[in-house]
Amino acid sequence: MDQWLITIACLAILIIMATARLLVGPTAPDRVIAVDTVNTLTIAIMVLLGVIFSQIIFIDVAIVYGLLSFVATLYIAKYIGGEL
Amino acid sequence: MVAGLDLITSILLIVGITFNTLGVIGLLRFPDLYTRMHATTKATTFGSIFICLAVIVYGLALFIGKADSQYLVLSIHTFLAMACLAFTNAVSAHAIARAAHRSGILPKLAVCDRLAEAKL
Repeated sequence: MDQWLITIACLAILIIMATARLLVGPTAPDRVIAVDTVNTLTIAIMVLLGVIFSQIIFIDVAIVYGLLSFVATLYIAKYIGGEL
Repeated sequence: MVAGLDLITSILLIVGITFNTLGVIGLLRFPDLYTRMHATTKATTFGSIFICLAVIVYGLALFIGKADSQYLVLSIHTFLAMACLAFTNAVSAHAIARAAHRSGILPKLAVCDRLAEAKL
């Protein structure tokens, strides 16, 4: 089971690195794509946690999280584009 | 237990981590919004698809080995998560790029702008 835990650790480090762009990012769309990256990596981490704890409900949570973050990103894009 | 399962899942996970790392490095290092989006959207989606593939292969192998239906459910739900990830990332990146262009952010070092010429 070691490979799943090592993968989760690597993905957590990548999330921290993406958070740097979220803090620095000169414009608002830069921050949005940083949040999008963090969301994608979080979905991968949730799937791996479902394997480690053998809880299938974690993967369902990952699906719902992905769809909700998609809707949130679309609304932020509408707001940035001035169409809301 | 299928022989060599750890090896196969480890290779898939390493490919996934590699592409995710490249995507995040691109997010940190590229000069403007559109190149950053080019790096993160494709590389991160590809890497996460490979991580989900590792879980699918693991679930299918344990389902064949132990004949326990919960591993098949694991594979199917992970496939659903992978499909959601693949479709939603592409659409949301397109929406952000369009919104950024509408709000006046232009690519650095670009010599022509076909979208502004088309006046959409």
